Amino acid sequence: MSVDTIIFAEGKPRLARGVRLRHSEAQGGWVLLAPERIFECDAVAAEVLKRCTGEASFGQIVDDLATIYDAPREQIAGDVEALLASLAEKRLVEVSDA
Amino acid sequence: MLDPGPLLPPPSGLLAELTHRCPLGCPYCSNPLALEPKSVELDTLAWVRVMHEASALGVLHVHLSGGEPAARRDLEEIVRAASGAGLYTNLITSGIGLTPVRLDALKEAGLDHIQISVQDAEQGSADRIAGYAGAFRRKQKLAADVVARCFPLTVNAVIHRANIGRVADIVELALEMGAGRIEIAHAQYYGWALKNRAALMPSRAQVEVAVAEVERLRAVHRGRIVIDSVAPDYHARYPKPCMGGWGRRSLNVTPAGRALPCHAAESIPGLDFWSVAEHSLEDIWRHSPAFNAFRGEAWMREPCRSCERRGQDFGGCRCQAFLLTGDARAADPVCHLSPNHERVAALAAVGEDEPYLHRA
Ligand code: SF4
Ligand code: SF4
Repeated sequence: MSVDTIIFAEGKPRLARGVRLRHSEAQGGWVLLAPERIFECDAVAAEVLKRCTGEASFGQIVDDLATIYDAPREQIAGDVEALLASLAEKRLVEVSDA
Repeated sequence: MLDPGPLLPPPSGLLAELTHRCPLGCPYCSNPLALEPKSVELDTLAWVRVMHEASALGVLHVHLSGGEPAARRDLEEIVRAASGAGLYTNLITSGIGLTPVRLDALKEAGLDHIQISVQDAEQGSADRIAGYAGAFRRKQKLAADVVARCFPLTVNAVIHRANIGRVADIVELALEMGAGRIEIAHAQYYGWALKNRAALMPSRAQVEVAVAEVERLRAVHRGRIVIDSVAPDYHARYPKPCMGGWGRRSLNVTPAGRALPCHAAESIPGLDFWSVAEHSLEDIWRHSPAFNAFRGEAWMREPCRSCERRGQDFGGCRCQAFLLTGDARAADPVCHLSPNHERVAALAAVGEDEPYLHRA
């Protein structure tokens, strides 16, 4: 594990200020909402984002999802990291220091 | 009556024009010349119902606008209903009429985001454009109060001849105000703006400099502020896909309750707009004749009808097509393929610095 990943593993992701996750029946699923922006989430992304409250660490979120989906931890970690990195770049998610 | 059928996708945005009343008098205001008076405004309960219907229909964002929405005493109640219905609530304000006490109440009611307009980066010019002495300072003060309450803030600046040379200063001002996002919106010529077009229209050279400037600023400020821009379409080759296409993504409700496919739709004569006082929002979305008037492609004329971009820009803006050619089904004459494009080019030639007609 690289140093970067360790820092990330202990960081606590949360939705950025002004960003909201909601379910819309009419739109057919979960959406992440920011001013003037809409991101449609698939089921897995929604499960990740529901846990991005600033309380659980990246590592805890991965453990949790690995249990729920009964999938290898590394695979989940890779997916979650890719998702959060792309949302962080779009300023929809923030990752606090450990 | 034409029923678009079960495949009609739901709207994602609602522009709720709570009132046309506004303390400012911006000459670029896109409100209609015939403003709706307070006496015909929808009441609180009607707006509360509209918010619930909007959310059930699929709307995700509601933009509370006007006029100045803070001119309504029940703004907080309307926000509470919208937020409670699950909508993402964005308040679009001139900054006049909101106090710290009201901001606290709006926070508590669940307001998600605030957008403040600024007229210019220079105080004198800004107040002159707004037609309101002291507006500039009050907006600064409000922005500080907004940021102190952890609301995310967008600054919106409408760009025209009097401020087009100061785009970089305006972005700097937005950063000082604590905005995470700025909209550089080149004036759109509807309503009062159409009346003032000759005084507002910048030259092509000014527009080119401003567009390049925005690109440069985006690179300079990456990671500090998001810069969105509304293109100056009189100087473009192709039109914008207005509103993402007529009746495709969003709806607009006027202070009196008429549901429009876009803000300026009432400038097209002969359209039958339904009111939220008489129909549910879903009924309007699916069946209102005005919404169905320019859906699909059957209404199009040449050159749009056989153009390969028709699924991309939908022939541009219907209101602009009507205002500039007299035919709402024509190609938006901003398009260089339109037989009327010469007229736009002539209008885009800059006029004299005439005095503004301030919005009433
Ligand atoms: S554009 Fe200016 S005058 Fe028009 S509603 Fe907005 S603040 Fe008021
Ligand atoms: S001809 Fe019509 S569809 Fe084609 S680019 Fe011009 S406006 Fe768009």
